[in-house]
Amino acid sequence: MVVQALAFYLFATVAVLSATAVVTVRNPVHSVLLLILTFFNAAGLFVLLGAEFLAMLLVVVYVGAVAVLFLFVVMMLDINFVEMRQGFLNYLPIGVLIAVVLFVELALVGAGWTLTDGAVAVLAQPTPEGVTNVEALGHLIYTDYAYIFQAAGLVLLVAMIGAIVLTLRHREGVRRQKISEQVKRSRADTLEIKKVPVGRGI
Amino acid sequence: MEIGLAHYLTVAAILFTLGIFGIFMNRKNVIIIMMSIELMLLAVNINLVAFSSFLGDLVGQVFTIFVLTVAAAEAAIGLAILVVYFRNRGTIAVEDINMMKG
Repeated sequence: MVVQALAFYLFATVAVLSATAVVTVRNPVHSVLLLILTFFNAAGLFVLLGAEFLAMLLVVVYVGAVAVLFLFVVMMLDINFVEMRQGFLNYLPIGVLIAVVLFVELALVGAGWTLTDGAVAVLAQPTPEGVTNVEALGHLIYTDYAYIFQAAGLVLLVAMIGAIVLTLRHREGVRRQKISEQVKRSRADTLEIKKVPVGRGI
Repeated sequence: MEIGLAHYLTVAAILFTLGIFGIFMNRKNVIIIMMSIELMLLAVNINLVAFSSFLGDLVGQVFTIFVLTVAAAEAAIGLAILVVYFRNRGTIAVEDINMMKG
């Protein structure tokens, strides 16, 4: 129990500190790397909560895909980030004000919230005993939530197509193979038969 | 030293607040704003998983999977739009994004 508590405080502290650094450091590359650290610690919290599958999913999807995508874009775009930082301190009062107000609101909601007695009786999908988290989730998303699972796949497909369509560009002066034109070529397009008179040439 | 639901909700609330704070502090940098949005979605996910774990209801985790999916799609599309915008304008300053006057 003590180990679990220590692990929770470790993960929570590092997650909060690195999340703070994400929004305050000067260099966006450091920001992305700290975001990765935050995700790793959130994955640790998920493991403590008994959601191993989601923890691994978080590491694979966020760290492996989303954060690396951010890193690519930050490094690919040639942006003057010093100029971007101007006005940072001007926004500090309003930012702190809104953050404090929001946190107080969330704390009030958290403090005033209680679970009704009948809530446990109406659980949609109670966690089954004796199976691993991955197995239990697999039983759910391939049966009861199969359509929503398919819809999630569709969202990803649309996002992929959208990203490709948005960023694809045809540059001028690049020679490409056009297979249809190659296949369409007839002998008349390329060959010409000349009668060469003897002794004169063409 | 018992770690209860309230502990996880507190962490999630702090992360969400940091996300909002990041959006307000980095008004000029769209990339940091998108990272802040990712932080907020992460906070929501922590909330969902915490409730799912402490109430013993797996639907919270199923929902988290879909939140993750949508977050990944949103990041991909957002960054693609950012790249196209940078290609056209040579800057990603948020103040200039009113070309369409919508």
